[in-house]
Amino acid sequence: MVRVIAITLVCAALLLAAWVFVLAWRRLPIGRGTLAATAAVEVVVVALLVGLFVLLGRGERPAEALTFALYLIATLVALPIGAWWALGERSRSGTAVLGVAALAVAVMVERLDQTWGAGVGG
Amino acid sequence: MSVADEPERPGSASRTSSGPGRLLVALYAIFAVAATSRAAVQIVTRFDEAPVAYLLSALAGVVYIVAVVGLTRPSAAGRRVALIACSAELVGVVTVGVLSIVDEGLFPDEAVWSDFGRGYFFLPLVLPVLGLFWLRRSAREPAPATAGSAPGR
Repeated sequence: MVRVIAITLVCAALLLAAWVFVLAWRRLPIGRGTLAATAAVEVVVVALLVGLFVLLGRGERPAEALTFALYLIATLVALPIGAWWALGERSRSGTAVLGVAALAVAVMVERLDQTWGAGVGG
Repeated sequence: MSVADEPERPGSASRTSSGPGRLLVALYAIFAVAATSRAAVQIVTRFDEAPVAYLLSALAGVVYIVAVVGLTRPSAAGRRVALIACSAELVGVVTVGVLSIVDEGLFPDEAVWSDFGRGYFFLPLVLPVLGLFWLRRSAREPAPATAGSAPGR
């Protein structure tokens, strides 16, 4: 179950990144639609967090606990901070910042899976 | 789309952190967090295994933090700090990259800069070059809105 959420999250984050980079390429600012999509991806991040806590509650433990915890925190804050920094300047680069944040989320979820050990709960 | 299409707002941010600099700050911030937390974990949990690699990761983290601070300061001092940080980063990543290939025993565990930052998509090698290029280019452009701060004028 948690694995399904993780895979969904990586796909959603990559799609968001691709979409935002297309916006940046066309010099378009971040609009409400993009912000809603970002919020939706963040909801999946929170869902993953809840799923992971359920696994922890069942007594499963990540292989590298400290690294795992830090990646989890970073994954949680990446999109809000990225959106804030992106919205600070309505320019092509400003838009691209959100794409970088979304890419970072995808990479970090991948790293979360690695630091958990044998793969997050089957 | 409900947001006004306003590509640039001159003077709303410092020059080194506006335009392409904004993206650069975001990338540097990611690496500041990544390198610092990685080094912290390594030093706390297994310092004895590869002290050189872990201390270099910590140094890399500090350099990235200094770069972020320098790039986000609008002053000439900020620019100078960013210049020093990017230069140190370039020297560091090339030196550690060469050393890690020549003498593998020196870095038994991967550091941020080992193998030219391969573990991080080689971005540690690309970032300082982009940073130095950007600092050079943004210094040549006349200051937006704020008069009297353009160099050589």
